[in-house]
Amino acid sequence: MAHQSTYEPTNGFTRWMDSRLPVIRFAYDTILDFPTPRNLNYMWTFGGILAFCLGVQIVTGIVLAMHYAANTAVAFDSIEHLMRDVNYGWLMRYTHAVGASMFFLAVYLHIFRGLYYGSYKAPREVLWIIGVLIFLAMMATAFMGYSLVWGQMSFWAVTVITNLFSSLDTVIPGLGTMLVEWIWGGFSVNNATLNRLFSLHYLLPFVIAGLVGLHIWALHVPGNNNPTGVDLRDPAKETVPFHPYYTTKDLFAVTVFGVLFAYFVFYLPNYLGHPDNYVEANPLQTPPHIVPEWYLLPFYAILRSIPSKLGGVIAMFGAIAVLFFIPWLDTSRVRSTRYRPIYKWFFWLLVITCLGLGFIGAKPPEGGYVIMGQIFTAYYFLHFLVVMPVVGIIETPKARPRSVADSIFGEGGGGHTGAGRVNQPAAAAAEKR
Amino acid sequence: MTLFSQRGWRKSLTLLVAASAIAYAGPSRAAEGEGSHGAEASRQDWTFGGLTGHFDRAQLRRGYTVYKNVCAACHGMRLMYFRNLSQPGGPEFATGNVEQFASEAQVQDGPDDNGDMFTRPGKPSDRFPSPYANAKAAAAAQNGAVPPDLSVMAKARAVESSGAWYMSPFHWIRDIVTNYQEGGPDYIYALLTGYAEPPAGFNLTAGMNYNKAFPGHQIAMPQPLTDGSVEYTDGTPGTVDNYARDVTAFLMWSAEPKLEERKRMGLKVLIYLVILAGLLYLSKRALWRNVKH
Repeated sequence: MAHQSTYEPTNGFTRWMDSRLPVIRFAYDTILDFPTPRNLNYMWTFGGILAFCLGVQIVTGIVLAMHYAANTAVAFDSIEHLMRDVNYGWLMRYTHAVGASMFFLAVYLHIFRGLYYGSYKAPREVLWIIGVLIFLAMMATAFMGYSLVWGQMSFWAVTVITNLFSSLDTVIPGLGTMLVEWIWGGFSVNNATLNRLFSLHYLLPFVIAGLVGLHIWALHVPGNNNPTGVDLRDPAKETVPFHPYYTTKDLFAVTVFGVLFAYFVFYLPNYLGHPDNYVEANPLQTPPHIVPEWYLLPFYAILRSIPSKLGGVIAMFGAIAVLFFIPWLDTSRVRSTRYRPIYKWFFWLLVITCLGLGFIGAKPPEGGYVIMGQIFTAYYFLHFLVVMPVVGIIETPKARPRSVADSIFGEGGGGHTGAGRVNQPAAAAAEKR
Repeated sequence: MTLFSQRGWRKSLTLLVAASAIAYAGPSRAAEGEGSHGAEASRQDWTFGGLTGHFDRAQLRRGYTVYKNVCAACHGMRLMYFRNLSQPGGPEFATGNVEQFASEAQVQDGPDDNGDMFTRPGKPSDRFPSPYANAKAAAAAQNGAVPPDLSVMAKARAVESSGAWYMSPFHWIRDIVTNYQEGGPDYIYALLTGYAEPPAGFNLTAGMNYNKAFPGHQIAMPQPLTDGSVEYTDGTPGTVDNYARDVTAFLMWSAEPKLEERKRMGLKVLIYLVILAGLLYLSKRALWRNVKH
């Protein structure tokens, strides 16, 4: 929450700076002193984990770019040179490749945490929208990065995804083809395409970093949501300064996440990749199954579930576009799903649907997989367009604590996170609609 | 309550561990059934698997002998240099041996001071020689099928885990828990030992060979290994099984020459991070002890 600055410059230099560019005051207010709800659980550590992931990707990526050559003739071999002849090149590359997967794992948990606790609701709509923009930029960046390897899966994924735009030919004949050739810089995926993918892959992470800055700014105006979803009333009782309480907790969470990260980098570096990407790109030979990386599979499944090409493209982009409208699609006044007995079931149905879409995306589009993919796709959209507005209206929420302080200090509100659901008849009567 | 509460997390973690235990105890064959590709390969015991995996030097040396005497007739390894053969973490041949291997190859060099190209004996800094000048020449010599480069072959193939669709998550968990990254070697070994007479009624195209492990079971490559075809000098019996196993290990090393360095560092990093996480947890707990939350 926006709070009064308590920073006091203590020496000549900091006083001098403070009256010119109060950057030290800014850092103190936002990183050290920022009042943060006491009752956040470990699902709130993914913000810090994601900042860590972005940092890792940028640092390893800059080192990789020093050795990579964006030219179709040598791209594949330049990566193998890095793996074989550059000191710790294998470490940089595997960290970057696994890092992309870890980044998405964390971002998906972060998004579902936001959905569960209603973190997108007023006054945090802009915060949520910037988050969706970050997610979109991440997907574009990851896709372009995967193409740079210039293996078979890279090449054919680029071919398939860029070709999607040719579906616009059915709207205005020639438009799609023109657009695709403009994207390619030629009449097929070629050297010019690889060059622009590399250029954009280097640019977008910094766009993401800028968006992350806005995301944190938009977070610091209303302040953190919390597991009860109830607004803070008494910061003195309900919050602690971010440092040392949450810096220590986040650091612990980042380290635990680092164990998983390191396990994959050192022991399963190729587990999340596709073996075909160790075969150099060959425009004359199509692999039997073209699949994207795991984190894009749900959207790939939606794309393939619609029998028409243009329809599939619209559905795929619509699946992301719908996320922008969630703050207004959800009609419930209650933020936290913890107090929403009906919506709770639909939330977990959405989780299963997204996992199901990911599973279907990895399978060949045949037989029962097609029908399952269509059912999951239908529910994905129904969830946001029908379930969210309707359940919010018909549902009678459970009693919520009157304040965060009540959930912390009220009867039974000691010990650990998650025990804060205090049933207070008076409060319940007041809150019920 | 919900999965997001602490008790819920603990419960789901227990479930996950139980599920992996079930999956781990389950059938260990990577592919039992005949999937749409029909690739059949069972898991082999490799020295380079697991948390402390490493290469067997003698095996890599034998594997190089098999590659040089059999595979190299048709398959290049353009990412490999002779110098790699003496570097740490590989077969670690003596420098003298490597110079000798290299000198057996004739390498084109130049242009010289007169502007002419010339051939000279190879040096350790040269790449392994390619059997064909280019892919067209390879296709012309091999009945249209280009023998693929073998440099990273062990990472470019995998064993598809088949079975019922609902078993897939258990297979993923089992592979993660056992850090299974040897699908490529398992496939190559299965392919090299998978030649057999086609079953009755199998329609084998002329010029093709039947192989149990190859997708579709028809492979252009004729059976490359036969008992006794390569002479081993270290007393290891010259059987197809040994040749296949040794050359597969060699291909895994060529695909992943820094594997030993990676696994050694990985163990240190994991131990460090686990201790650090423990200390940070204690700090966090001490800090929050008197803060109701």
